[in-house]
Amino acid sequence: MSVLRERVTMVWLGLMVLTCVTTWGLSKDLLSPAVAVVGIFAIAAVKVSYVMLDFMELRNAPIPVRFAFQAWPVVVPMMILGFWFATSALV
Amino acid sequence: MVVLTADRVEPRRLPGVDGVWVAIGADSVIFAILFASFMQARLHNPAVFEASRHTLNMNLGGIDTLILLTSSWSVVLGIQALKRDLVDRAPRYLLGGVLTGLMFMVSKSIEYFEKFADGIRPASNDFYMWYFTLTGIHLLHVVFGTSLLTYLWVRSRRRAYSSLQRVVPECVASYWHLVDLLWIMIFPLLYLQRAA
Repeated sequence: MSVLRERVTMVWLGLMVLTCVTTWGLSKDLLSPAVAVVGIFAIAAVKVSYVMLDFMELRNAPIPVRFAFQAWPVVVPMMILGFWFATSALV
Repeated sequence: MVVLTADRVEPRRLPGVDGVWVAIGADSVIFAILFASFMQARLHNPAVFEASRHTLNMNLGGIDTLILLTSSWSVVLGIQALKRDLVDRAPRYLLGGVLTGLMFMVSKSIEYFEKFADGIRPASNDFYMWYFTLTGIHLLHVVFGTSLLTYLWVRSRRRAYSSLQRVVPECVASYWHLVDLLWIMIFPLLYLQRAA
């Protein structure tokens, strides 16, 4: 069992890189707030999906269960972004 | 003589027992409601939330995320080792999960200490109330999860688990990954969400 050849190791590396991109890249003032916030939560959604599929093994779960859990990283970031744009419209 | 072999198809299954997944689903929904409540509070006072957000230690929050991702990865490797009956390797990966769980607790303690040293309390304003509530509930999950991983580590050192006896490790691992994915959403919600 070579750890480096495992799919989960590639996924872990990808998640680490994405975390660095959002924490020390998108959080800076290089982009407009809307683009940065959408990017940050889109990446968070992708990260949660990969944690579910590859770490929690939902990729091999019964289809209805898999889709029920996969709704979370779609609905939650969309809800947060909905509130964010509503708040921005009020300011 | 030609031997025909059919492709082996693994049946679809959930790791551990179904009850753990009910608990994981319920916890995910509760946190989603908490996130919505936070955003609703932010809607009423975005200036205070933005000013308070700037006092958080973003670097430490990012490092916390890296720690938990590494922890999840280590636990996945532990489960894979058990599935392959590499029972000598499983304890070291589970220990990795325990140690990274402890690192997260230390990191969060430093962060809380910084806040209290600056005179910041949960009652200081709505943002800090939410900050301490969300990170505090999540920290309790980390403490509980690290305790479970410690139990797994001790038992795995005694060769209690194998490919045929892995229900308990899979339940604990699934819970630990939930702790990871909740933080993945809490971190940008509190630390990175800029005002327009």
